[in-house]
Amino acid sequence: MTDLQKTPADAVPAPAGDPYLSVRDLRIHFDTDDGLVRSVDGVSFDLHKGRTLGIVGESGSGKSVTSLGIMGLHRSKRARITGEIWLGGEELIAAGPERVRQLRGRELAMIFQDPLTAMHPYYTVGAQIVEAYRVHHPQASRKQARTRAIEMLDRVGIPQPDRRVDDYPHQFSGGMRQRAMIAMALVNDPSLLIADEPTTALDVTVQAQILDLIRDLQEEFGSAVVIITHDLGVVAELADDVLVMYGGKCVERGPAETLFDAPEHPYTWGLLGSMPRLDRELQDRLVPVRGTPPSLINVPSGCAFHPRCPYAALTGGRSTSELPVLAEAAPGHLAACHLPADERHRIFAEEIAPRL
Amino acid sequence: MFAYIIRRIFAAVVLLLVVSAVTFAIFFLLPRIAGETADQLATQYVGKNPSPEAVAAVKQNLGLDQPLYTQYWNFLKGLVSGAEYKFGPDAATCHVPCFGYSFKNHLEVWPELTKRIPITLSLAIGAAVLWLVSGVTTGVVSALKPRSIFDRLAMGVALAGVSLPVFFTGALLLTVFSYEWPILDNLQYVDFTEDPLMWARNLILPWISLAFLYSALYARLTRAGMLETMSEDYIRTARAKGLVERKVVARHGLRAALTPIVTIFGMDLGLLLGGALITEQVFSLQGVGAFAVQAIADNDLPKILGVTLLAAFFIVVCNLVVDLLYALVDPRVRLS
Amino acid sequence: MRRSRTVALTAAAAAAVLVVTGCTSGSKSSGSSSASGSAGGAGADAATKGIVNASDKKGGTVTYEMKGAPDSFDPGNTYYAYIYNFSRLYGRPLTTFAPGPGADGNKLVPDLAESLGKPSADGLTWTYKLRAGLKYDDGTPISSKDVKYAVERSNFAPDVNSNGPTYFHDLLVDNATPYQGPYKDKEGGLNSIETPDDQTVVFHLKQPFADFDYLVSAPQTAPVPQAKDDGSGYVKHVVSSGSYKFQSYEDGKQLTLVPNTNWDPATDPIRKQLADKIVVRMGMEQSTIDKDLIAGNAQVDLVGGGVDPQTQAQILQNQKLKASTDNAYGGRLVYTAINTKVAPFDNIECRKAVQYAIDKVSVQTTLGGPIRGQVASTVLPPDIPGHQDFNTWETKDNKGDIDKAKEALKACGKPDGFSTVITARTERDPEVQAATAIQAQLKKIGINVEIQKYAQGKYFSDAAGVPQFTQDHNIGLMMMQWGADWPTGYGFLQQIADGRAIKASGNSNLAQLNDPEVNKLLDDAIANTDKSAREKIYGQIDKKIMDQAVYVPLTDFKVFLYRPDSATNLVSTSAFSGEYDYLNIGTTK
Repeated sequence: MTDLQKTPADAVPAPAGDPYLSVRDLRIHFDTDDGLVRSVDGVSFDLHKGRTLGIVGESGSGKSVTSLGIMGLHRSKRARITGEIWLGGEELIAAGPERVRQLRGRELAMIFQDPLTAMHPYYTVGAQIVEAYRVHHPQASRKQARTRAIEMLDRVGIPQPDRRVDDYPHQFSGGMRQRAMIAMALVNDPSLLIADEPTTALDVTVQAQILDLIRDLQEEFGSAVVIITHDLGVVAELADDVLVMYGGKCVERGPAETLFDAPEHPYTWGLLGSMPRLDRELQDRLVPVRGTPPSLINVPSGCAFHPRCPYAALTGGRSTSELPVLAEAAPGHLAACHLPADERHRIFAEEIAPRL
Repeated sequence: MFAYIIRRIFAAVVLLLVVSAVTFAIFFLLPRIAGETADQLATQYVGKNPSPEAVAAVKQNLGLDQPLYTQYWNFLKGLVSGAEYKFGPDAATCHVPCFGYSFKNHLEVWPELTKRIPITLSLAIGAAVLWLVSGVTTGVVSALKPRSIFDRLAMGVALAGVSLPVFFTGALLLTVFSYEWPILDNLQYVDFTEDPLMWARNLILPWISLAFLYSALYARLTRAGMLETMSEDYIRTARAKGLVERKVVARHGLRAALTPIVTIFGMDLGLLLGGALITEQVFSLQGVGAFAVQAIADNDLPKILGVTLLAAFFIVVCNLVVDLLYALVDPRVRLS
Repeated sequence: MRRSRTVALTAAAAAAVLVVTGCTSGSKSSGSSSASGSAGGAGADAATKGIVNASDKKGGTVTYEMKGAPDSFDPGNTYYAYIYNFSRLYGRPLTTFAPGPGADGNKLVPDLAESLGKPSADGLTWTYKLRAGLKYDDGTPISSKDVKYAVERSNFAPDVNSNGPTYFHDLLVDNATPYQGPYKDKEGGLNSIETPDDQTVVFHLKQPFADFDYLVSAPQTAPVPQAKDDGSGYVKHVVSSGSYKFQSYEDGKQLTLVPNTNWDPATDPIRKQLADKIVVRMGMEQSTIDKDLIAGNAQVDLVGGGVDPQTQAQILQNQKLKASTDNAYGGRLVYTAINTKVAPFDNIECRKAVQYAIDKVSVQTTLGGPIRGQVASTVLPPDIPGHQDFNTWETKDNKGDIDKAKEALKACGKPDGFSTVITARTERDPEVQAATAIQAQLKKIGINVEIQKYAQGKYFSDAAGVPQFTQDHNIGLMMMQWGADWPTGYGFLQQIADGRAIKASGNSNLAQLNDPEVNKLLDDAIANTDKSAREKIYGQIDKKIMDQAVYVPLTDFKVFLYRPDSATNLVSTSAFSGEYDYLNIGTTK
């Protein structure tokens, strides 16, 4: 894999060898009374240890479902999961639920969006961390587990952790709760950390601290991180690679730099256009992606994005009839768009880039 | 926490005082407003053949000729220090706590009432255990397997349970198991201390008929609460930790789902302790409820007042216990 | 008026059943002729004709069950027929009724006394001599002074023993300064009751009273030792003079009686002491009581008001069950009183119009059908001695005669009818329904009747029983039921027919009949010591009352009792409202 554009953030090249997490053609469909919901419809990606993947998309694009699918938390009768999820050489979809449970929390850990609702209101923060630890360390005594919990709280920057360990979640501030949540997720040294909108519920100053914390911890533990967000700013901050999802499918995937500097897909353009940037001069206004996300039951034919795509007319009708496939637009950079590459580059250079 | 308990107990006492004042007013003031004279009121306490002397004696003993606030004050005083009523060979003493004195059968209300409490307590507690166990279990199982055959069946039965009145199920059980197939015939209350086995045997049918209604209610409540709780974020977190499902349900789901059940349970138990009127009637149990029914049939005001206050007391106490329990269960309540 | 409180309830219930089963089920079981050919048991109504399951078998527990609780088990503080009946097990009055079927049960026999009372020639003094060798359950001898004390405590202490009637108070000569009763006046006593020795008690009356033997059959003459009387608390530990004594008593819950070992059968020709134990369970559901009777768990429904309507329907459909029932007269008349003081009923012709217009058969239906009462044409019920059969205002099949009624109206000067009011007791549904039926029937002859309902607790104290009130509210017609305190013509008629018995409140003579002839006949009768002569006069009085057309007899009330196979010596007696006589009931169990 060759990096065309070298930037300091990308100094570490993607490691060679087998990826730690490899998702192949993952499909997660749900049977509902209204019909089949195709929440995730053929997503593939790889992730090496020590690397961070950002999954970006609007609400309902399937990014959270993907992460829960990896965690094995869609095991209800109504979920139909196909494809392959390889984790450290082990395939998870075919594995028994008990095996996946054993991995959950130990190899795979997750940080949720809203730490207030994600933590049980009736148990102390310490008790919840202790519980997470003892699931996978049954031989550890309560006391050892508690020491470990205090150590983790200390590590994630909670002051006076030996006292705060006995507090209840509602006694913590929002940022503190998210730190505690991270402590809980990392208590078993997981190799893969999935962070689902880890900063969305927090105020801006705290957001930055949490992102710093995740980055620091990743460096320390060397784990693979999947960060799910609708906020490209977060991705820009953390991710090595980015995957853009739309309507349950991956529409663009590539290294963070190329994707930010030379996005290929009109949807990505829209996302970038709607992202406030402090390092640029103030725009007149942000340009949101017009229209609404598609229904996952009746996904628009052809390219799912075509009803909202300002350039759909330029595909000669292919956008409404033909499913675009991911194709390499640049080395390691894939996009699923019917627009010819030249046309895309021209439009981006002429119409989009100046406004970003 | 301690201050919280003190505050709640104080509030409960005030509430009981208010209830007593209102009850007192309903029974003694309203008839006055409706135009009944003290004489007419007193006549109600004298047998079927009222003589003016008897009426006058009752009027004086009850203090019906005094202003109402004095009557109420005397009533409160009686609760704390007892009261004396003069008639017959000796003055009748109404011992502390004096909840009044029935002039119909010349008995102190309180000891008569307390004699009934074990019966109602046995009925209520037994039924409560039954309905909690069956209702909550059914509700949880239904919630964990929603739309399963078990769920549909259980909720169907629950709907029937909620719809069928106790007097129907009670009479049905009695007819079938006590008379048609006399497996449990000749039911009459036996005190637990006397013969625990007979106690249980003779209470099984009342328990079942009372519990049927409530377990139906609780099954539905538990199911709804459980369904809601199991979709909470913290359940997902618990699963993400790698907890086995059993622990997710028991430690994380059930605890939260049962909190509102505890509240309702306290209220229901409190209400029942004040007398399970219909069940007691159907099974001819001489509990607090039967006492109330008889008191009302006799229009025996001191008895009615006493039983009303007892019922209010149970409800207030059960509510207090529920509030304290709630604080124990939900740390968020404790500190706010 | 000594009556069971459940009469109203059962009657209400009976009416409800009628709606379900129709009149046919009622007529099926009506009359005693249906007794033959029934399977099992002694046959329907057997206990109204003789003692069923007569037996001297000893042992077992006789269980009585009852709805609610009585006013009191204290013999000196009760006014319920069933307690009058039951209390004889532990309290022997001077006289009582011998167990016997139907009207035979009205036969008065000496009980505590060795013979019936001996009146003086002027009828003002009655002397009773107690049997020799009588003892209380604690072994102490029974003195005539205890009889005197029992009368004093029950009649002169209304603030303590308020439930019972006060006939003795009204009839006995009072002291110069009115006697205050034994609780207030601990030293003195009522001078008009003398006890010259421990065996003799003498009563001095204000006026002659031939029914005095009946009066002393009340439990108020059952002896009470003064030393053991703590007034209102006495009910918890009644000292027994009868064949059974108190073992335990829980108010409103249970009473347990066990044989009184100090009771000597030699002193008592009528009691048997068969059961080892007698239990009264209070506060039972009527339907449960019925089921227990049928299942044999209980032997007697203490209240004796008859079975629940559901049970009645069930029994009537089952020949086997029906053979174990008794449909007995309850010594009670259901009637409509016509107020002679409210125009135009001051005119006898207008009263006649009502007599003729009412269709008694349809009224009977509203009251629960034949099983709950036979159509009546006289004031005295058939189970009261002196009753004669006649029908002064006869109509065809008792179904009313509109033509005759209209004629009477014309004679009254109201050919186009008029408006009036009929009262009924709110709680008594059949009574209200009967009033509604009467309203419809009178409408046919142009009398517009408005129904006014009053609570039964206030019916006599505030409404129908207050003559001024009836005048003020144009109340011309009043629904009423009446039973006697003792089964004689005087006991039945005096309160409702004697003009001098009219009271400003609590009045029972609702018609306000004040006929000097009737008054005089009543006086003559009660002063006459010859029983058969008296009974003849009662028949005459009945005719006179009917001639005045002031009461419209509707039905003679009946009870429908289930007779358990497990009970022995069951006999339905007129003396106690058709209840079984409770003296000697034993059990085969």
